[in-house]
Amino acid sequence: MIRSRTFQLAVPALIVMALLPLGVDGYILGLLTLAYYYAVFAMSWDLLFGFAGEVNFGPSFLIGIGAYTAALLNHYWLWPIPACLVAGAFAAVIAGAVLAVPALRLTGPYFGLVTLVAVLLLQNMIVLFAGITGGEIGLDLPDVLSIDDNTNYYYALVFMTVSGAILFGLAQSPVGLILQASGQNATEAAALGFNVAKHKLAAFCISAFFSGLAGAMLIFYMGTASVGTVVDIAVGVNVIIAAVLGGRRTIIGAALGAIFLIGAGEILRPLGQLATFVVSAVALVVILFFPGGFMGRILQSGGRE
Amino acid sequence: MSALLEVSGLTKRFGGLVAVKDIGFTINAGEILGLIGPNGSGKSTVMKCIMGIERPNAGSVKLSGIDVAGWPTHRIARQGVGIVFQHSHPLQRQTILEHIKLALLPDNLLMLATDHGVTRRAEEIAARVGLSAVMHRLPRTLPFADLRRLELAKAIARNPKVVLVDEPFAGLTSGEVADFSNLIASFRAEGHAVLLVDHNVKGVAALVDRVLAMYLGEYVAEGSAEEVMRNETVRRVYLGGKIETAVRPEREGKDRTPLLNVRGLGVLYGKATALEDVSIHVGEGEFVSVVGLNGAGKTTLFNAVSGLVPHSGTVEWRGQTLAGKTPGGIARDGIVQCPETRELFGDMSVRENLDLGGQHQTVEDATKQLNWLFDLFPILKSRQNQAARTLSGGEQQMLAIARALMMKPKLLILDEPTLGLAPVILEQLSKALETLRQTTDITVLLGEQNVTFALPHADRVYVIEHSRIVWEGDPGRFAEEAGAGYL
Repeated sequence: MIRSRTFQLAVPALIVMALLPLGVDGYILGLLTLAYYYAVFAMSWDLLFGFAGEVNFGPSFLIGIGAYTAALLNHYWLWPIPACLVAGAFAAVIAGAVLAVPALRLTGPYFGLVTLVAVLLLQNMIVLFAGITGGEIGLDLPDVLSIDDNTNYYYALVFMTVSGAILFGLAQSPVGLILQASGQNATEAAALGFNVAKHKLAAFCISAFFSGLAGAMLIFYMGTASVGTVVDIAVGVNVIIAAVLGGRRTIIGAALGAIFLIGAGEILRPLGQLATFVVSAVALVVILFFPGGFMGRILQSGGRE
Repeated sequence: MSALLEVSGLTKRFGGLVAVKDIGFTINAGEILGLIGPNGSGKSTVMKCIMGIERPNAGSVKLSGIDVAGWPTHRIARQGVGIVFQHSHPLQRQTILEHIKLALLPDNLLMLATDHGVTRRAEEIAARVGLSAVMHRLPRTLPFADLRRLELAKAIARNPKVVLVDEPFAGLTSGEVADFSNLIASFRAEGHAVLLVDHNVKGVAALVDRVLAMYLGEYVAEGSAEEVMRNETVRRVYLGGKIETAVRPEREGKDRTPLLNVRGLGVLYGKATALEDVSIHVGEGEFVSVVGLNGAGKTTLFNAVSGLVPHSGTVEWRGQTLAGKTPGGIARDGIVQCPETRELFGDMSVRENLDLGGQHQTVEDATKQLNWLFDLFPILKSRQNQAARTLSGGEQQMLAIARALMMKPKLLILDEPTLGLAPVILEQLSKALETLRQTTDITVLLGEQNVTFALPHADRVYVIEHSRIVWEGDPGRFAEEAGAGYL
């Protein structure tokens, strides 16, 4: 069974991750902290792409809304971090729903295009109102999660583990099954009596919630909110590559992909500009030849017949 | 008995095409109605309108008295309509049992776990349709018939008042047909109303209580299977009225050289047999018609000849095997197919479509051929600059044939040129084909389910049924020898 197999892989991996601060320096921990937030972005995205069958080209729209909502509240009104996080997550859900309700009526590639345009709009708004948002320079935050590497690392690890468990459990539940059926053949799902639009919208809201929350967490880790880290198209592209690389329709694979992507980028840093090229090339090869991604391969080789 | 399903005045238009026109019928509880019609007759559209997959333009669909016409599909499904699709699109990572469980789930966002009763119920249903032994396997490891069983299982799980079944026996062996007949009959025994949609009466005669025949979107006849088979209009639609055959002027070399020789051809689509041991030959200058219902294997046969689908057996062209040739190479050798779907370049003009067909010719040759084709299909000349997409169905078909002829084929394969065309267009097309046949020495292989259209031009006829050639002979003998089996 996929469930038990995934647990067999995930539990030892999580134990190793939890023990890492004992033997690894702060720089690498910082890198992994970033990777874990990306993992949540990618897992949220996989719920939409892998299960609901909708390609969201603008994951950074949801991430950015969550991050900037939290940042503005903290910067101008000095809201405490937990309140900012909650507000950020719910702002992302509301923005996501506003976007998804009309967009889900569209078929084919148009849903994806709408989400792409949404990112550009958000980015433009932030730059346009630079006086309030800090524009391209970014917005400093009075509060940070912690100044201790280990604490930050554990925040991210716990957050990723809990988010992953919820998203994975949801995907494996009956609701996840209905969502998959809706994504793969909407007509057939409707003929079985399922309101396809309702299920897809719910998936979009859940995806938005975790994306927004992770975005807000990320800026409180970094101490600053900037377009380049949470809104830019490139952020979204990385999230998408991570999820596809890790394995569509697996949730956990998306986390794996995100950690790989950020890890590989760092290991290849000595190559300078070439590093991005090599990582992209690897991603391309995996997508072309192993469209199931890392987890797809693992689950398939030992899968049930 | 009370009418569970009551359809009246149902009309559906797609743009200018009226696919369904004023269709009405009722089905009582515990009754099976067969909805019969040739390809393009609108029967599938009727089914989609009932299920809400298509929105009817007019008419009502009453379910136990409640008009559900125009409702979204999921609400109609919950109101008590279930559908057994012809094609199965299962989820790849879920087992058969999980698929059945899915059909048992309520439409609820908070269903995070299923109780044990659901699993037990799913197992019962699996047993009922004969899937017990394979219920923990993944769909892709199962044969075609089991996937059809899964579709039935999903319909049973919803326990609908009205069950719509699309082409229940397509692609099944005779043993499997018997199994499926029993399962569908069990729907009737339990008091469901069943609508069977199929191409011909014969296939479902044993199962149905009544039959409604449609042609070109309109009502033709209703009654018991025997009555409908005896009906004059039905006979004309399927067999053609009085079949007139025209003798073609004898030509030298005709019949002597076998231009195309197909032996022992077999094709599998995944697990479904599409063609089995088919042998045909076409002589130089001959006009051969392959007659068969939709799904019999005509298109597959032509695609195998054109090198578009992998096959077993041999295809010889002028004495040489075509094995290993690409579809493009085969077309350049002179076998040109004009496919059922027409495959026109919709956004290009009529002229551009024709010029593309003449790409491999010299400019003079292409111009000469073009002028000849404009004589054959004058309408295309006046529509030269119009986008192909904006032509009517009949004009598009003429353009598709003309484009194929631009390639100066040795053998022209015409796949269902009459699909979805009105009778008046058929006549124009028929005249053009006759001109072609009388004035050129072109060799034609025509696939048709419309016998009236296929026979008059043919020198020789093959009948294909359930993936096999079952009759070969002179068009004059068709009606008495093969006609009966064709209703």
